[in-house]
Amino acid sequence: MTRHTLSVLVEDKPGVLARVAGLFSRRGFNIESLAVGRTEYPDISRMTIVVSVDELPLEQVTKQLNKLINVIKIVELEPTASVQRQLVLIKVRADATVRSQVLETVQLFRAKVVDVSPEAVTIEATGTSEKLDALLRMLEPYGLREIVQSGMVAIGRGARSITATAVR
Amino acid sequence: MVFGIPGGTILPAYDPLLDSTKVRHILVRHEQGAGHAATGYAQATGKVGVCMATSGPGATNLVTPLADANMDSVPVVAITGQQSRPLIGTDAFQEADICGITMPITKHNVLVTDAAEIPRAIAEAFHIAATGRPGPVLVDIPKDVLQEQTSFSWPPELRLPGYRPTTRPHGKQVREAAKLIVNARKPVLYVGGGVIKSDAHAELLRLAEDTGIPVVTTLMARGAFPDSHEQHLGMPGMHGTVAAVAAMQKSDLLIALGARFDDRVTGQLGSFAPDAQIIHADIDPAEISKNRRADVPIVGDCKEIITELIDAVRTERDAVKAVDLTPWWDTLNSLRETFPLGYDWPEDGTLSPQYVIERIGQLSPADTIYTAGVGQHQMWAAQFVKYEHPRTWINSGGLGTMGFAVPAAMGIKAGEPSRTVWAIDGDGCFQMTNQELATCAIEGLPVKIAVINNGNLGMVRQWQTLFYGERYSNTDLGTHKHRIPDFKLLAEALGCAGLRAESREEVDEVIAKALEINDRPVVVDFVVGKDAQVWPMVAAGTGNSEIMAARGIRPLFDEDL
Repeated sequence: MTRHTLSVLVEDKPGVLARVAGLFSRRGFNIESLAVGRTEYPDISRMTIVVSVDELPLEQVTKQLNKLINVIKIVELEPTASVQRQLVLIKVRADATVRSQVLETVQLFRAKVVDVSPEAVTIEATGTSEKLDALLRMLEPYGLREIVQSGMVAIGRGARSITATAVR
Repeated sequence: MVFGIPGGTILPAYDPLLDSTKVRHILVRHEQGAGHAATGYAQATGKVGVCMATSGPGATNLVTPLADANMDSVPVVAITGQQSRPLIGTDAFQEADICGITMPITKHNVLVTDAAEIPRAIAEAFHIAATGRPGPVLVDIPKDVLQEQTSFSWPPELRLPGYRPTTRPHGKQVREAAKLIVNARKPVLYVGGGVIKSDAHAELLRLAEDTGIPVVTTLMARGAFPDSHEQHLGMPGMHGTVAAVAAMQKSDLLIALGARFDDRVTGQLGSFAPDAQIIHADIDPAEISKNRRADVPIVGDCKEIITELIDAVRTERDAVKAVDLTPWWDTLNSLRETFPLGYDWPEDGTLSPQYVIERIGQLSPADTIYTAGVGQHQMWAAQFVKYEHPRTWINSGGLGTMGFAVPAAMGIKAGEPSRTVWAIDGDGCFQMTNQELATCAIEGLPVKIAVINNGNLGMVRQWQTLFYGERYSNTDLGTHKHRIPDFKLLAEALGCAGLRAESREEVDEVIAKALEINDRPVVVDFVVGKDAQVWPMVAAGTGNSEIMAARGIRPLFDEDL
């Protein structure tokens, strides 16, 4: 199974998220990551969905998604031809004895500290899921108190706009 | 025409109906009846069927018929009342999230939250239900929205940016298909319900006769191609004819038209039609290559596809000499002659259910419309009634909804009042929905119901006989043993004529009598033997080559035809 990133343009209507999520689970697909947000058009939202499936079932789920009346367009974004980012907030145990080591790791990953207390620091990091996994592995020995992770968002490289071609 | 039942939240929509001269509302006895009636109406007429119910239990009673219409791609619009907006989400009286509940079993649904949006929501619902691959659409309207004042304009502008069904086929794909067709040695036209839905039966006949290719019609496509036509091999699938099943198994080219490679047709998918290339034409791109990979996919409306295919095949034929199909027909004809559809009379001297159904088909007018419940009687009705025209066989194929027949017959009769409508029903099915006969009697819908009464849940019993060591767990309904209910008396209580036949001699007479009664519905209790079985049969989970013409006889298993 390989990981696929789908950029799905939907009408901004109540229940659309339930329709899409329901379709995936009903047909036996597991959503790895899901992010919903606005686009440059007020009545269109974008869902960025990451799924791990083989090529053939992916085609089937894409076709089924396309059948949803509120789904306007689906584009698969290849990792090499797109920029993919996730955001993670990590609360890591860091008292005075290890804080400088934690901060060094934060710098290495070009992450930043957004909150600090005597026992812990909270780190904000963005990147691909691989980079964030690596960061988490580095921080794990200090004690991860809490992780909050967003869904993946992705945009195609180059000048072309998925939304613009969809609404034309 | 609307089938429905009013209730608290839908009351504001019912009030103006009292004055309407355009809309006929048929007050049913159970919302499930309304849904199946709308489905029957839609399949008989080709128009959108409409049902209406109140919130909560009214709406949830529509769940089964909506799932049924969804599986069989029937254009139905359901309008439901909903609790007023401020009460939504508070577990208010008769509140149910019907949009959430029906999301996976409708083509689309919508909760209308603004009175000004009602006309557009209804117009969009009809458009979505009827176009592309048809299907059910539910419109849920809160009571306070129904009570608001708004300005009305018609027709409203449809706003469906995500809905653009493809109807025109791709020319290149059609030419590719034509190439395969003229070069195939063992082609089969695998015809599904889409051909009836797109009114493509005339085009299909032309394509079949132009090419001489054998035709099989699925359960949903019975009537799409005349049964009397010599190129027709019958129904494929679990209870299909040996010739139809064998033709597909041995084929080198399946031309699937508006069919979806359902598991009841393919049997074990891995061993289905192992040598066949596949041309798959369907209006729903998601059906193509879903179960079986298509070599030539064609997305579009069947009528347009077949029309273009006819021309493309002619052009292709001018270029290359078409393959002689005589050897193929020799094989198929010998199968057809060796294993015709048939039945034995029960050894215990009871009435044969197949005979009853066959005689109903032979004695009724040519334009009669048949419907059925689900089970043995349904399969026999598909096998032993001969269908010559589209929309004369209407049944629950995909969902397999027991209890479909009576309410569907009601809807069919409402849509086609001048034609004879027979519901071939089972005693199990009949007891699920017969309350709608009261509706039929009161609303002047004289349908005819043949209860093929074997006293048992017959199809389940057949499986128990074959696969569960004759252990009959909970399949005896007692309709024979105790004659409870007495269907004749029940019919009369519901305002219908009640008749009964228990022997071969009575069958014709009783059918003739039933055909004469047109001032009220008729129920005929055909008391038949419980041991009759549906043959041929491909056991669930096995390959189609293991089809049994009768118990223990596997015509394709040993010999290499």
